[in-house]
Amino acid sequence: MDTREQGGASSELVTRDEDGNLPDRFENPGPPPHRYRLADTDPKAAKNAERQVAALFGISILGTIFAIVAYFLFTPENTFASIKLSNTTLGLGLGLALLGIGLGAIHWAKTLMPDHEMTEMRHPMRGTDEDRTKALEVLETGAAESGIGRRPLVRNTLLGALALVGLPGIVLLRDLGPLPKDSLTKTLWAKGVRLTRDPDGKPIKAADVTRGSIFHVIPQGLNESERPLEEKAKAAVLVIRMDPNMIQEKDPAREGWDVDGIFAYSLICTHVGCPVALYEQQTHHLLCPCHQSTYDATQYCKVIFGPAKRALPQLPIAIDDEGYLVAQSDFKEPVGPSFWERG
Amino acid sequence: MSQTTTPNTAAGGVADFLDTRLGASKAVRGLSRKLFPDHWSFMLGEIALYSFIVLLLSGTFLTLFFVPSMGMTTYEGAYAPLNNVPMSEAYASTLRLSFDIRGGLLMRQVHHWAALLFIASMTVHMFRVFFTGAFRKPRELNWMIGSVLALLGLGAGFSGYSLPDDLLSGNGLRIIDGVIKSIPVVGTYLSFFLFDGEFPGESIIPRLYIVHVLLIPGLILALVGAHLGLVFWQKHTQYPGPGRTNQNVVGFPLLPVYAAKAGGFFFVVFGIMALFGSFVSINSVWNYGPYDPSPISAGTQPDWYILFIDGALRLMPGWEWTVAGFTISFNILIPGLILPGLMTGILIAWPFLESWASGDRREHHVLDRPRNVPVRTAAGVAAIVFYTVLALAATNDLLATHLGLSINDITWTLRFTAILGPPIAFWITKRICLGLQRHDRELALHGRETGRIVRTADGEYFEVHEPLNEYDRWLLVQHDARRPIELPPDVDENGVARPGARKDRIRQKLSRWFYEDRIEPLTPSELAASHAEHEHALEAGEGEERPVVTTGR
Repeated sequence: MDTREQGGASSELVTRDEDGNLPDRFENPGPPPHRYRLADTDPKAAKNAERQVAALFGISILGTIFAIVAYFLFTPENTFASIKLSNTTLGLGLGLALLGIGLGAIHWAKTLMPDHEMTEMRHPMRGTDEDRTKALEVLETGAAESGIGRRPLVRNTLLGALALVGLPGIVLLRDLGPLPKDSLTKTLWAKGVRLTRDPDGKPIKAADVTRGSIFHVIPQGLNESERPLEEKAKAAVLVIRMDPNMIQEKDPAREGWDVDGIFAYSLICTHVGCPVALYEQQTHHLLCPCHQSTYDATQYCKVIFGPAKRALPQLPIAIDDEGYLVAQSDFKEPVGPSFWERG
Repeated sequence: MSQTTTPNTAAGGVADFLDTRLGASKAVRGLSRKLFPDHWSFMLGEIALYSFIVLLLSGTFLTLFFVPSMGMTTYEGAYAPLNNVPMSEAYASTLRLSFDIRGGLLMRQVHHWAALLFIASMTVHMFRVFFTGAFRKPRELNWMIGSVLALLGLGAGFSGYSLPDDLLSGNGLRIIDGVIKSIPVVGTYLSFFLFDGEFPGESIIPRLYIVHVLLIPGLILALVGAHLGLVFWQKHTQYPGPGRTNQNVVGFPLLPVYAAKAGGFFFVVFGIMALFGSFVSINSVWNYGPYDPSPISAGTQPDWYILFIDGALRLMPGWEWTVAGFTISFNILIPGLILPGLMTGILIAWPFLESWASGDRREHHVLDRPRNVPVRTAAGVAAIVFYTVLALAATNDLLATHLGLSINDITWTLRFTAILGPPIAFWITKRICLGLQRHDRELALHGRETGRIVRTADGEYFEVHEPLNEYDRWLLVQHDARRPIELPPDVDENGVARPGARKDRIRQKLSRWFYEDRIEPLTPSELAASHAEHEHALEAGEGEERPVVTTGR
């Protein structure tokens, strides 16, 4: 394709110096000519703009009054509708009150205040050589007068003192919390503790756990324990019943941990500790809704997808004389997210 | 004081009072006519500042009613479904604040919306500063202050999100606890110190409260002061344009134009937040119930700015190993700590990285057009793509349910996208930037297409191009094309190795990566030559020509 400018324009396009030479780079042409606004030249337009600004400020005044009236007029009762009405009217009034001022001020600035761009010079950030010399002198004089260079003993002990003085501040933080000790490896589960429903704490009969059902379980007495939330964050358990033949590879070590296909697993995800609350009945998969770690109940809740590494710990359970589900012992390993000392 | 300046009006009296005690006249004289360049993108930082002020105002209202305590109580109030439910004081007071205090719900929603806007505007403001190179000397320190402000914003957001002690905020803390516990050696101790024992404990809400209402806002205020002080002291940057140079500032004076626009804009931001708070509900904590470690619902996402960490946690495969009896959880450490740390580190170090590569020690007050710095722009876009993919990953469950796709497929796709997406985005962006530069060059050289086809006397057709005026052309030709640094040889003429030669080679590689591919801006002689050629070509009847382009290797 042929691309051409209008003929004869080239001589005007580039400025040559007196000798007719071209500069290496284009030169800044300077500010473009100013374009006047309608309100600059037409008093009628200016008057119009003035009225618009005043109208916006007027809207603000009305908004303020409306907000105050709404506060007293629409008092929320015990219904969502009344709360919504109060919220909406208050916010609407406040919004108009604020927007009126804001838009008015901006409109004023844009239409009526001068819009001639001005120019001022910058100065390099660097101080002048004289400044720098003087500054250095001052610092050197200060250092010399303090004698910090001549008296290394004073300097070094000061540095040592300063290095250490923050330590009490760190030591003082020691009582922010107790040491972990073995608390992360122990839960409320123990031999004979009944499995009870979350949250009401009713014990669960083995016969009530039908195939395909799922129970959120807490140890008996959790609600009455000293710190129920902390205990629950470790002891929460999920009970499911499935055909024992569904288990893909039987682990002899876990022989007798279930009651006729009733399995109890920790509910706390081994990733970062969310509750693994979603159960797919058909596939026997357990899914953590936080980060989608997926556990397969037919493989002792081994991780089959997602960021978790370890299987959900299984709680060995049995059945007591009255037919209720009880724990055989505590978990055999720590539950919940990994930690350094976990091993 | 001379007779002529003795005040005789009330305002004059106040002014005199202030000046004779503070020397206010000097400050007013010096500052009030200070010039600020005008551009819409300079408002982004303003939005951040104003939403922060809205946060301070609405937050102060909230503190009048919120009880930062995890002591247990039983709720009795206007919200019937939760009546007689045991819960913490924090959650109960949040419910009271929402339902029993007039304007309480409005202020809560304004506060939450303003928090989202605060971080969003800081983010976009950082994009602007990054892509225009406003962080270059002498403003590297202000870039660092700004980066710290953005991090503090995240801290403020997260600590505030946790305060209501509802089910979602408790689960957020649960995840934080899991991340802290994954830290090698000290993680368990840190967790116990933070929560005053086992999670959740009874101390975390009051502790986060003081972090949220005093510590972080105090730091933000101080750093905002420093940030703005530096903008004043160093004067604002300006976009390239006719009349604007590296030595001047072209703009409007603080008084009255800038004060009216900026002051008005504060009210606009506040007003929009008020409308959002009244019409768009957010974080309806009453729907979630009090925190309890065992229930949770699917499809729960954190606030948008935490999405990338949550998404990274979701994408990570289960890399966890036990070494010599100790557990190291890379599946949590990498997305939860290492990756955000690395991203922050690169962000803060970028100005120094770039000036090391360019060898440029000059002050820069005229902004870059992003296309003229292709590698920086491409790196920025690659980072945004990476961040966005991670954020998207945090919604993988929603994507799965809404699009009817398998969550496993989505996760795998996003895993690959997170790794392959950024380099692809980098390459595409760089090509687009170079293409735009070529286009600029063409435009400066040949002018605009007019659509007017002319037939010459000997039957040849060509389209008439209208040359640009010098103001329009200036924008296209004003920039410097940066070149890779040249190094002295590794050994001098006597065969002695130059000290630092090895480090310099890395530097040169970086410099090449940055500046090898470039388009030189048009020079006057090229323009003149092109025209001379055209006139000649017109006579000779041939008009083929190529732009002068330098590309790497």
